[in-house]
Amino acid sequence: MNGEPLRQRIKEVMVEELMLDQSPEEIGTDTPIFGGDGLGLDSVDALQLVVALEKHFGLKIGNSDAAKGILACVETIAAEIEKPA
Amino acid sequence: MRNILITGGNGGLGLAIGRHFLEHDAGAHVWLGVRENRAAAEALAAAFPERVRLIPLDVTEPAAWEAAIAGMIEEGGRIDILVNNAGMHKDCLLASMPAETWHRVIASNLDSVFHGCRACVTPMMRQRFGRIINIASLSALMPPLGQTNYAAAKAGVVTFSQALAKEVARAGITVNAVLPGYIETEALASIDDEAKKQARATIPMRRFGKPEEVAAAVFFLASPQAAYITGASLKIDGGIF
Repeated sequence: MNGEPLRQRIKEVMVEELMLDQSPEEIGTDTPIFGGDGLGLDSVDALQLVVALEKHFGLKIGNSDAAKGILACVETIAAEIEKPA
Repeated sequence: MRNILITGGNGGLGLAIGRHFLEHDAGAHVWLGVRENRAAAEALAAAFPERVRLIPLDVTEPAAWEAAIAGMIEEGGRIDILVNNAGMHKDCLLASMPAETWHRVIASNLDSVFHGCRACVTPMMRQRFGRIINIASLSALMPPLGQTNYAAAKAGVVTFSQALAKEVARAGITVNAVLPGYIETEALASIDDEAKKQARATIPMRRFGKPEEVAAAVFFLASPQAAYITGASLKIDGGIF
């Protein structure tokens, strides 16, 4: 899976696994995941998200520095998943 | 089917907890963490064929935990319930307590809980389900003299459980502490009759608790009915406070 369906699926997984109040359609592909200007998720959510992305997409995130960049928004997550192995 | 790991699996309390799960949940599979002594655990395994495994586990060793959890997941597919029950006390007045005694008691009662939870929490997050029950002690709230080491470790277990409960709440994992008072186990059997009499006099119910009475509470905290209970500290002590 890649392209738009992948981005949609990431949003669905986020809503489902992080029990977000928003619907997947309300999450912009470029909306910041953390911090007050975006979805406002916290470090506990980040941990959940890392586990969920591994479970659903096989995405392994090695360290917290890499995680910061990858988990910036749906687009950065999708780009990481789409990266050739 | 539920997979349960109980540390201190050869001790009176660990065995009672294991037996309670086996007798009250036909789908329960119990892994008993044991070290050198395993005769009593083997007897329980013989009484419930195919449902009990013994797993070598020094709870103070992170590598032993990793191996134990990996083995359990390979065989059973998942870990639903962790009961951190292993521990020991070595009472001594502080003025004469060797540092080694301090470190041993902290390692076996508190470090062990860290290592165990650290090893289990990721698989539990993947499952989006887990029940962690840490056996603390009434000494955490009412520390007797001679237990600076044990009381500090057990108080640590209580607050550790509360902090972890907040971290994993959204992952479907609950973390609770159980605080037994005087329970009829080997620890109590080791004290003399006069000390026992004095201890009994401090208990409003005028009797010691049975291991089964602690086991029943652990079973409840692991049940679906207890899904909204997390970060709790449950005293089981016949009314001492």
